[in-house]
Amino acid sequence: MAILEVEHIKKSFEHTEVLKDISFSLEEGQVLSIIGSSGSGKTTLLRCLNFLETPDEGVIRVRGEELLDAGKATTLTEKAIRKNRLHFGLVFQSFNLFPQYTAKENVMLARKLQAKELPDFKTRKKEIYEEIEKEAEKLLVQMGLSERMNNYPHQLSGGQCQRVAIARALAMKPDILCFDEPTSALDPELTGEVLKVIRELADQNTTMIIVTHEMAFARDVASQVIFMDDGRIAESGDPQEVFNHPKEERTKQFLARFNEG
Amino acid sequence: MDLFWEQFPIVVKALNVGFLQTLKLFFVTLLGALPLGLVISLGSMSSFKPLKYVVKFVIWIVRGTPLMIQLLIIYYFPGLVLHNPIWGGGESGRFLAASVAFIFNYACYFAEIYRGGIQSVPVGQEEAGLVLGMTKTQIFFKIKLLQMVKRIVPPMSNEIITLVKDTSLARIIALQEIIWAGQSFMKGSSGISGAIWPLFFTAVYYLISIGILTILLSKLEKKLDYFK
Ligand SMILES: Nc1ncnc2c1ncn2[C@@H]1O[C@H](COP(=O)(O)OP(=O)(O)OP(=O)(O)O)[C@@H](O)[C@H]1O
Ligand SMILES: [Mg+2]
Repeated sequence: MAILEVEHIKKSFEHTEVLKDISFSLEEGQVLSIIGSSGSGKTTLLRCLNFLETPDEGVIRVRGEELLDAGKATTLTEKAIRKNRLHFGLVFQSFNLFPQYTAKENVMLARKLQAKELPDFKTRKKEIYEEIEKEAEKLLVQMGLSERMNNYPHQLSGGQCQRVAIARALAMKPDILCFDEPTSALDPELTGEVLKVIRELADQNTTMIIVTHEMAFARDVASQVIFMDDGRIAESGDPQEVFNHPKEERTKQFLARFNEG
Repeated sequence: MDLFWEQFPIVVKALNVGFLQTLKLFFVTLLGALPLGLVISLGSMSSFKPLKYVVKFVIWIVRGTPLMIQLLIIYYFPGLVLHNPIWGGGESGRFLAASVAFIFNYACYFAEIYRGGIQSVPVGQEEAGLVLGMTKTQIFFKIKLLQMVKRIVPPMSNEIITLVKDTSLARIIALQEIIWAGQSFMKGSSGISGAIWPLFFTAVYYLISIGILTILLSKLEKKLDYFK
């Protein structure tokens, strides 16, 4: 069974329809990359998955569990939305690290707050916090940041910040980790280090959705690619197929522009 | 010179009394205007449009007119125009009127500073918290509040230092603060008359208090320097 099923998602802002009937599914351990020109709705789609936007129509299912059916009249409570969100992680283009916390504190913060809801929190507080700290350190080591754990975001390079942000998202153990142009805010020489850790995550079968303008990366790392155009999925399928033998005229134009540039 | 040393203790004693009133006005204003400013700033950001525009209009009036005029209006208007002298005649009435004028005036300045601080936190901070499963309350207290405070402290420090000096405006309604006390020796008080140096000497009080405040506030600012 697919880990994620998205059916007929539609979303409008005021009078512009930004997502026009988006459906796709993703298998566990697979990587989906989403490409498409600016304004085609890629960010909006990720924001819908992370419940930062509410679709006007459509269904989102994770492991068969229906998280959202926009057609149903019932509005989700804040608590339900929070629970739904935790199925997904989101890494932002601009990192959005918390500046007043060190790298490690950034990774631990949400986990620590979450731990307070545990029934045995009061009695096991110390152990729980130690566990969270150990996991945070492990993630940061995995991101190649063992020397940077106690640095504040302003003391880190963009590439390091983005790797902290990835560790922070992973700390919540999401089923599906989403990336919104994770390297677009980085200098070219820093892009590689971030792509490398994402590639490593892919090798470990982390389920991911990656919106990116790095075409070669999208082709190599993904098991499935979606080309979005004007709020629709114009073409999708195996990356080698879509990149090397695009069927749709729009896809050809889009890829041609990239190959030139 | 002998005369000066004869006058000096008398003058200092009177100036101390005046300075106490100055300090009282300063602290009462802070105590009232810091919370009231927050309320006003929330009003000025309200999504309820009529409230927002009314509050913005009031802020515009208060910040667009001299505090001295506001003091005069608040003190004299009830008695002279409405024939209802709510403040009473004595020093306590003058202090009350001055407090109201100062609190309201400063609250409007503080409101703009709060608004700047609140709006300066990028939405990305809240969104990052949300996708990590945090509640809005957790996001406010654990993420946004300190970032706001950091941005509020420097402009707030400037206003607070200005407030020290602005308290002297209360002289216009004869509040017996330090300027009033210094001036009294020109006309004659405690057997001293025609002396102008006490008025000049009040400057020492201002300089010392502003010096202390500057040190304290910049310490606070430094404390928040560890992040950007
Ligand atoms: N909150 C909003 N209110 C109104 N319009 C919005 C909002 N968010 C996005 N849009 C519009 O929706 C369209 C799609 O935006 P989106 O950010 O999803 O595109 P994108 O594919 O991520 O583009 P890019 O490659 O530039 O990041 C754009 O035309 C944008 O102006
Ligand atoms: Mg985008």
